[in-house]
Amino acid sequence: MDLSRKLAILADAAKYDASCASSGTTRRDSRDGKGLGSTTGSGICHSYTPDGRCVSLLKLLLTNYCIYDCLYCINRRSSNVPRARFTVDEVVRLTIDFYRRNYIEGLFLSSGIIRTPEYTMEQVIAVAKKLRTEHHFRGYIHLKTIPEASVDLIAEAGRWADRVSINIELPTSVDLERLAPQKNFSAIDGAMGRIRQRIDAAKDEAQFKAPPFAPAGQSTQMIVGATPATDADILSQASSLYQRHRLKRVYYSAFSPIPDASSHLPLVAPPLVREHRLYQADWLLRFYGFEQKELVDPQSPLLDLGVDPKLAWALKNRHLFPVDLNKAPRALLLRVPGLGVRMVDRLVTARRWQALRIQDLARLRVSIKKVGPFVETTDHNPRHYGLDDDNLRARFAPPPEQLSLFTDSAPEASVYSGEL
Amino acid sequence: MVVFTFAPTFSAWKTKARLALQQELSPQDVFWKEESSIDTFPDLFLGEESSEKQPAASAKTFRVPREFLTLGDVVACHRDPSRWDLLYRLVWRINHGEPHLLDHTPDPDVHDLLLKERAVSRDVHKMRAFIRFREVATDDGMWHVAWFEPQHHIVARNAPFFVERFASIKWSILTPDACAHWDRKELRISPGTTRDQAPAADAAEELWKTYYRAFFNPARLKPSMMRKEMSPYYWNNLPEAMLIPTLLAEAAGRTATMVAASQAKRTPELVESTPIRLPTKGDWPALKEAAESCRACPLWKNATCTVFGEGPLHARVLVVGEQPGDQEDLAGRPFVGPAGQLFDRALQTAGVPRDHLYVTNAVKHFKWTPQGKRRLHQKPTSREIAACRPWLTAEIDHVKPKLLVCLGSTAVHSVVGNGIKVTQDRGQTLPTEFGIPALIPVHPSSLLRQPDRSREAADFAAFVADLAKIQDFLSK
Ligand code: SF4
Ligand code: SF4
Repeated sequence: MDLSRKLAILADAAKYDASCASSGTTRRDSRDGKGLGSTTGSGICHSYTPDGRCVSLLKLLLTNYCIYDCLYCINRRSSNVPRARFTVDEVVRLTIDFYRRNYIEGLFLSSGIIRTPEYTMEQVIAVAKKLRTEHHFRGYIHLKTIPEASVDLIAEAGRWADRVSINIELPTSVDLERLAPQKNFSAIDGAMGRIRQRIDAAKDEAQFKAPPFAPAGQSTQMIVGATPATDADILSQASSLYQRHRLKRVYYSAFSPIPDASSHLPLVAPPLVREHRLYQADWLLRFYGFEQKELVDPQSPLLDLGVDPKLAWALKNRHLFPVDLNKAPRALLLRVPGLGVRMVDRLVTARRWQALRIQDLARLRVSIKKVGPFVETTDHNPRHYGLDDDNLRARFAPPPEQLSLFTDSAPEASVYSGEL
Repeated sequence: MVVFTFAPTFSAWKTKARLALQQELSPQDVFWKEESSIDTFPDLFLGEESSEKQPAASAKTFRVPREFLTLGDVVACHRDPSRWDLLYRLVWRINHGEPHLLDHTPDPDVHDLLLKERAVSRDVHKMRAFIRFREVATDDGMWHVAWFEPQHHIVARNAPFFVERFASIKWSILTPDACAHWDRKELRISPGTTRDQAPAADAAEELWKTYYRAFFNPARLKPSMMRKEMSPYYWNNLPEAMLIPTLLAEAAGRTATMVAASQAKRTPELVESTPIRLPTKGDWPALKEAAESCRACPLWKNATCTVFGEGPLHARVLVVGEQPGDQEDLAGRPFVGPAGQLFDRALQTAGVPRDHLYVTNAVKHFKWTPQGKRRLHQKPTSREIAACRPWLTAEIDHVKPKLLVCLGSTAVHSVVGNGIKVTQDRGQTLPTEFGIPALIPVHPSSLLRQPDRSREAADFAAFVADLAKIQDFLSK
């Protein structure tokens, strides 16, 4: 099989992994004239495909043969897709060739399980090691690690990679048992915990020139919409992972129809809006000071699909509004629908010298329609914008622009790929 | 008016700006004249001079916040010739009683400065992302050469990034403004050039395109997101961008095949068409959501998504179009394609505020046949119109408008009934079974199809005149 055919198969097989970040690692360059590549700390998206996703890393599977049978996965043993396997050298060459032409920031390598988890992990590591030691590759490397692999192998993966990740796959252990019978929730969780310890230890010992371990941290992915798990289930799993294992990111991946899908799975268009709302909620939890129970609770375990979660929260908590644009503390401004972190910081600085008026917001391109009902200034009465109207929500649904919540807080990065 | 001539770099400008300030020249009294407009060597290669140094004996020193120097250095790369005026206005104001000016972001000058800074930074970032090197064999060994068209004067500013990244490779970046060359020892900036100096596509690019094609997931189309992050401005120089039209055109079909293949396996009897099940209770979002999985006629199969209506839920006017088109199908929103844009323009001319209208279509899925790479609009059958009508009825029940506006024969057919001729009855208001009158203007897409250019203006005017009746109605 020629390289191009393999590439088509093994890129296709890898694309269902949502992670693509190339940011947050240590700064490196190749000014010594020996190596290839650099990292600046912030990632670069080198292209975008019509699904709106960024192409930052060369995302490949070493092979899509797999002895496991995870029902949601296109590569599961029982699936009827064409199979291929790269050699270590082929992946190394593709990475170098693509990198030299400035197509990519680096490599994201994963693999189906062949022979044993140990063997598979060794192969994946061999690629990274060769890139780093023989080609002095200084670009970004993300390795998917296999929870069952030995502690030593995971240690070695972290030595060559900027980021390591293990996919939690599904939000609850019941889901995982049902759809991925060979996988084990506590094994995954345990491996994440061990990785966290290593990352912490490497940071602590950095001053003693200890070898680095995954300086860009670890991330994971959860599939949304393949099981009946609610948004509350998903978000509480995510919060727990952030807290316990200090993950850099949890990616939510709307289950999307795959060729030769298992009949246990819903056959519907991927719940993209839901995925989007989860990312927004995730952002609110991490950067806006929200608590999970403010967004979802046992009585209403699903996020409102019609409006973004911050707006939904504000609509339910109108007694807290309006907030005075000139007096409210930063934390409260962050809760105003339509104001992102960056905008809030600008306003807080600006109001030190001059009282803010509502036209100032308009000039900063804040949507007055959205913010209007929730803030007050001397020249603006939120009641005129419907703060007390019963049908206020109806004005916002359907959302005019899916990304409106974040356009001012994360200009360079999509919700999907971005990190603040 | 004093004219200052200077090489268009920030440091050259700073020297002159200091002179201007010393002479107490107000912004209206200064004219900034660039010596030449090619990208010149940036401060980086000339050595930094800061405003505090420069110990001219009599000279008063001027203080500006560090932030101004950082921002100014970036904004100086902007292509807008008025940037020098802007920068001078800012230093002037900072030194005349507004030391904290930069903190006041809503100020028009500060805002303009920040917008320009963001535009340049974005362009810098995009250049790092979208440079595509091609290999050329020369007497001097292999060179990597790229052609790029930056939006601002950023080549020299950005070159060090490529040195850090590709120090072990000999490369050249060619642009119309300036070129950067690295021979593994030294960075050289030369004047701009033309595209024909850049190498043509090579074989290795095919592998990249293969990757791009495979990476794309046709089941989750979001072309607007792609365009936002990868503006078509850059597509000319991205080898993979030429695949986009085909990928988009094939997407719906590929997904449908994928779904159909699995469907065939599991429940063969399933879902050619099942009748509409309207949600028994719940609000408009519930209705919209239910419509998303509608299978009441076969049109859903080849379309990307259901395009439901949108607009204020208590609109007094509800506009019904025929069916979504190619762009509406991709965007998932009604009236965003060419016909919708024409409609917007006509509304504007007629003075009707668009945001007072609820807009929707008689049929909610895009019906099309492939023609080459394009998806050609097809007229829905009476059956399909009838199958889809419950959605429209439900929308009308929810919005309870006082006036319906039917654009095109399909809409008239669905709302008023069969046997109405748009050409005869246009401009009229007809009664409907909803007890709400329906206005029948000419449909904008028939204007788009108008082959006779000379009649275009007259037809447009007639359309506007029809729409003006909405305004009469609204102001009643
Ligand atoms: S282990 Fe499961 S998820 Fe991973 S490739 Fe195999 S089948 Fe897919
Ligand atoms: S055209 Fe109307 S009836 Fe037919 S599938 Fe689409 S929404 Fe349903």
